[in-house]
Amino acid sequence: MQRYSVFALVRQAMGWHQGWERAWRSPEPQAAYDAVIVGGGGHGLATAYYLAKNHGMRRVAVLEKGWIGGGNTGRNTTIIRSNYLQDPSAAIYEKARSLYETLSQDLNYNVMFSPRGVMMLAQTQHEVRGYRRTAQANALQGVATEFIGPARVKELCPIIHVSGPRYPVLGALWQPRGGTARHDAVAWSYARGASDLGVDIIQNCAVTGIDVEGGRVTGVQTTRGPIRCGKLGVVVAGHSGVLAGMAGFRLPIESTALQALVSEPIKPCMDVVVMANTVHGYMSQSDKGEMVIGGGADGRNDYTQRGSFSHVEETLRALIETFPMLSRLKMLRWWGGIVDMTGDRSPIISKAPVEGMFLNCGWGTGGFKAIPGSGWAMAELMAKGHSPLASAFGLERFREGRFVDESVAAGVAH
Amino acid sequence: MSGRLATGGRLIDRSRALEFTFDGRRLTGFAGDTLAAALLGAGEGLVGRSFKYHRPRGIVAYGPEEPNALLGIGRAGRFEPNARATQVDLSDGLEAESQNRWPSLAFDVGTLNGLAARVLPAGFYYKTFIHPRPFWKHLFEPVIRRAAGLGRAPRHRDDDTYEQVHAHVDVLVVGGGVAGLAAALAAGRAGARVMVVEQSAHWGGRAPVDGDPVDGRAPDQWLGQTLAALEEMENVRLIPRCAAVGVYDHGFVLAAERLTDHDPGAPGPRQRLWRIRAGRVVLAAGAIERPLAFPGNDLPGVMLASAVRDYLVNHAVFPGDRTVVVTNNDDAYHTALALVAAGLRVPAILDARAAPNGLLADAARAAGIRVLAGHGIAGVAGRQRVAGVKVCAVAGEGAVVEEIACEAVAMSGGWSPAVHLWSHCGGRVAWDADRAMFRPDPAHPPRGADGTAMVIPAGAANGRLSPAAALAEGTAAGTAAATGQDRIDGSDDPTGTDIAPVWMMPQGAGPALRAKAFLDFQNDVKVADVDLAAREGFESVEHTKRYTTLGMATDQGKLSNINGLAVLSQALHKDIPAVGTTTFRPPYVPVTLGTLAGEARGDLFQPVRATPMLGWHVEREAYMEPVGLWRRPYCYPAPGETHEVAVAREVNAVRQGVGILDASTLGKILVQGLDAGRFLDMLYTGAMSTLPVGRCRYGLMCSEQGFLIDDGVVARLSDDAWLCHTTTGGADRIHAHMEDWLQTEWWDWRVFTLNLTEQYAQVAVAGPRARDVLETLSGDIDLTAALPHMHWTHGTLAGIPARIFRISFSGELGFEVAVPAARGMDLWQALLRAGQGVGITPYGTEALHVLRAEKGFIMIGDETDGTVTPRDLGLEGMISKKKADFLGKRGMERSHLAAPDRWRLVGLRAADDSVLPEGAYVLDAGRTENGQRATQGRVTSTYWSPTLKRGIALALLRHGPDRMGQSVDVSRIGAAPIRATVVAPCQYDPDGGRMHG
Repeated sequence: MQRYSVFALVRQAMGWHQGWERAWRSPEPQAAYDAVIVGGGGHGLATAYYLAKNHGMRRVAVLEKGWIGGGNTGRNTTIIRSNYLQDPSAAIYEKARSLYETLSQDLNYNVMFSPRGVMMLAQTQHEVRGYRRTAQANALQGVATEFIGPARVKELCPIIHVSGPRYPVLGALWQPRGGTARHDAVAWSYARGASDLGVDIIQNCAVTGIDVEGGRVTGVQTTRGPIRCGKLGVVVAGHSGVLAGMAGFRLPIESTALQALVSEPIKPCMDVVVMANTVHGYMSQSDKGEMVIGGGADGRNDYTQRGSFSHVEETLRALIETFPMLSRLKMLRWWGGIVDMTGDRSPIISKAPVEGMFLNCGWGTGGFKAIPGSGWAMAELMAKGHSPLASAFGLERFREGRFVDESVAAGVAH
Repeated sequence: MSGRLATGGRLIDRSRALEFTFDGRRLTGFAGDTLAAALLGAGEGLVGRSFKYHRPRGIVAYGPEEPNALLGIGRAGRFEPNARATQVDLSDGLEAESQNRWPSLAFDVGTLNGLAARVLPAGFYYKTFIHPRPFWKHLFEPVIRRAAGLGRAPRHRDDDTYEQVHAHVDVLVVGGGVAGLAAALAAGRAGARVMVVEQSAHWGGRAPVDGDPVDGRAPDQWLGQTLAALEEMENVRLIPRCAAVGVYDHGFVLAAERLTDHDPGAPGPRQRLWRIRAGRVVLAAGAIERPLAFPGNDLPGVMLASAVRDYLVNHAVFPGDRTVVVTNNDDAYHTALALVAAGLRVPAILDARAAPNGLLADAARAAGIRVLAGHGIAGVAGRQRVAGVKVCAVAGEGAVVEEIACEAVAMSGGWSPAVHLWSHCGGRVAWDADRAMFRPDPAHPPRGADGTAMVIPAGAANGRLSPAAALAEGTAAGTAAATGQDRIDGSDDPTGTDIAPVWMMPQGAGPALRAKAFLDFQNDVKVADVDLAAREGFESVEHTKRYTTLGMATDQGKLSNINGLAVLSQALHKDIPAVGTTTFRPPYVPVTLGTLAGEARGDLFQPVRATPMLGWHVEREAYMEPVGLWRRPYCYPAPGETHEVAVAREVNAVRQGVGILDASTLGKILVQGLDAGRFLDMLYTGAMSTLPVGRCRYGLMCSEQGFLIDDGVVARLSDDAWLCHTTTGGADRIHAHMEDWLQTEWWDWRVFTLNLTEQYAQVAVAGPRARDVLETLSGDIDLTAALPHMHWTHGTLAGIPARIFRISFSGELGFEVAVPAARGMDLWQALLRAGQGVGITPYGTEALHVLRAEKGFIMIGDETDGTVTPRDLGLEGMISKKKADFLGKRGMERSHLAAPDRWRLVGLRAADDSVLPEGAYVLDAGRTENGQRATQGRVTSTYWSPTLKRGIALALLRHGPDRMGQSVDVSRIGAAPIRATVVAPCQYDPDGGRMHG
């Protein structure tokens, strides 16, 4: 693998950059692999990388229907945080966050992890109580967060209107080492790293069938021919139900559109990530200067990757109320991604009902931040049959009622 | 340099000179100018700096495709960054500033980036800034962020207002050029309700500038007559300065109208968002000219050929005395001829085609213009603006055959139909190789609810570039749209087929020249960058876009996408259609957030739900808390009182005397019908069908999963009617939950539900003196033994019809009085007067919380969080054992919910009687599999009890009820755990004597 560095850039500049190699190899698919990962998003690529790196598996392929990182990996608002309430969630998101800290160095690819800090505003008494509880939980989980007051909120993010008449900011849950990263770079860097360890990354290769013999998976049918495999990892987010159908079972997943927006770029005005859940909106500023904005998911099942305008409107109303200076800024682009939602809003990292098949899906609205931890756990599960990080996220939890519920859905004040 | 001719300019009013400033310099333009036209007219060639290399940038285009002329406009509460000068109508006193430069536009330190451009190719930042790790956050990223961005961030609250308007039309016509106006005329004559939106301030599109006759008439004459005809039609509405920005399912279209930007100080909203429901959309949005990629094509003075013509004809503004035209098609010859006709010089037309023929080429030659066939540009002389061009053979490697001095270059790489709105909602495009353009694919239109095409493209937007074709297709589209058809037979007009698919020149350019040929002017993406992306395996067009940032600038690739795609396809040795396009996303042009948010700000941000007593609470300066859309008093601090002291006073008043609480926000859902009892038995864990009329019963509602979602008192009003109280936050959700089941599962049950929450004002009267106060009020209701706990009655109280529930959430003798909302304030005042003698005290939500916690009553949202079952809370008695089924029954039977080691409700008392920390956990020995501190419970409510004079807490604890008297450790952040004793949840009046008294 060509090492990336400023010296390499200068050296290549002499030859007008004609000497750069492909970032990842583009081989023809082989007839058989020890492990096949379906889905070349961040989670699938990270799984392949850690299978090779942590578990020494070299005969691994990633099959991607389109182009790698083209799904939700390249559509999200790039927020990374691990300030979750439930122990299993905090464990895997914090693992991911800690891997993000050194990902650029580990992969020799600048993914621009920017631990600029994430704050979740508390704008009702109920949210104050909820975030105080999360801070307590995080302290025991080894996740560095704290509950801060309105003055500190204003100091960290001067453009916030903290004393709004309707929903004054009462405080915030602050995770100083949360932040953002460059989403495409995460996919590309894992692809490059995995490819370097011998993983075949095969784009434009759609899986059309799953071969099962005697209850055990033996391979997949693809648009580029049949491929046999010892183990099969399905990491296809919103299309997980389709792949499960090919193997003859169903998944408790619903797919719905979630939208994100960016504004025109402006000079730096916001150094932290702010999430305001009462009014439904969150925002950060990209290194390019765009305000990157996200809001709520559409309340209906959908595969169009568009979403409805009402959510754009609702989100922007919330943000102008929270950041009045935004009003004269212009929105440049908005788009939708299809999020795969489980009943408890937590992921599935699990053995499938078919032997030799493994599932990683259900990340819903929060998958990007989990990519390194998700890949780490999935690889461990596929290689060893058990992963402590994944153990709470098995499919059997829906049968047992052992939910990992982060939605705290019934939270209302009397 | 650029300037203004002494005569001409069809859009300007020379009698109205307008003064404006640019970077503090006072300049003059004319009414009818855009800011871009005025700047060019005033000789301002340099207007900005590019994003990455901070290269000098001049105006390139005439419309919303302009990538360079982005300026800061206005000041303070009316400052707008990144305003596109081509879309800003000039107004007197307008203040404009250049962006992304320091210290000044002409001397920008950022140009150092440009000097290092060779080592900063596409994606360089992925390959460096990796070590040492902390440097990214603390050094590299801050420096990059400051260099990036474009305009200044606004700092003030917006001084302007915005509005949203709905419109319902049969035919929406997007674009007010020949095709659009012809469509409107045809649809209007067919009787349809028609709306035409035009993004610029002027009608007619390109036709009046190009000058070709329309329908046998001079274009301005045709335009005048057509507009007059349209204005006479009552069913046609013409809206200029209004850009259609997004097409959604079912013919929903968003359009943004600029109302006062061109007339600052005018009353009313600044911008308006139209939310249009259109039966059919005629897309007559025109086409956008493409640049050519040649070395040095980004210097100020290099412009689109059509833009040169637009500025010249509309504003009498020229880009320079001498303009070299470079083209791969006939259309740019119009520009050369127009320049010569205006008395300006065109030293040469460099035509990439081997043998340009036809009427326009002949006309150019006849006008004495040198036409160099098969030639192009290998370089542009000049530092901050064009001084000349280096001519080369297009087919070669760039050997310079001649240098031509000039001040401007007019380029044309052909035209791209504006297919964006066609594509937003699923329409696909097809490559037209004859015309070298993507056109709407009639086989794959965006489809409406009935499966027909929602959008009919016409004219240049359909790839038909002549005015004759625009007229024919526009008329056909208007007629079709008005008569329920969804497509037209397209014209076979050959205009545009003369193009040679030359995207960059010279075609054999080596890497050095390819690194100077720009594709995306704003983001500084060059041909060499796309080559690099292809070389490194970023072969998908989406990968190339993201790796190079091509098309991600504020013009969203309107100029650069097709050229970049063509260069990529050449690098990959593939056809253009095989490479495909990126996805078109709304908005078509950037829209201010203010417009998208509309009126919703400040007081109008969200509706306030007000109880009838809200005014009284506010007047009393209660500390209010938002609860959903309600605002509720948290406490009523007396002057000088802290919230804590006020809450303690309110609690003591209820325990010792009497308090009143505005409980109007509690959900009140009437459930009525022959099957209502059966329905409620399914909804609640307990039995409601057996509740006698006149009685109340506490009910729990679970999700299907078996977790508690809401609670409240249900009163049976009559044989077939029950009144279900819900939590304040639950009212709407629970009503929807009921309707969900009724409409999707039990649609044949005879049940009606009605959310009466706002129809009643409700007041809780609680405390040992509660009955005394109520009895002071005149009325016909017997409140003594005739109304025991958990009963209700009705009658008249203080002259107000009232329903009185004997229920208590405080543990004291309690009544809740419900009256019609309009009488709520009367009741409140009457109670206050009646209780004057016994110190009646209004109490807020926090006192309510403390009172119920002292009694060990649960609160939805505190003791529950979506993972807690009724059994966990010791409420198994509320679960009917007799009922065959209810929502949550099967859920509760699952192994995890039925497990013996679940966390269950207890009280906790700190060893030192302090208040335990909010949200704290009860520690367990050891660690989890993932190294986290093990826990065995959590504190769900924790308060200072003014009654008990110590801290009280409720908690969920593993095997909790079996562990009374044991000691546990409760977590504290940053401090040693605190010891606490497990006690009963109810710490006050456990026998309930006060409540039943």
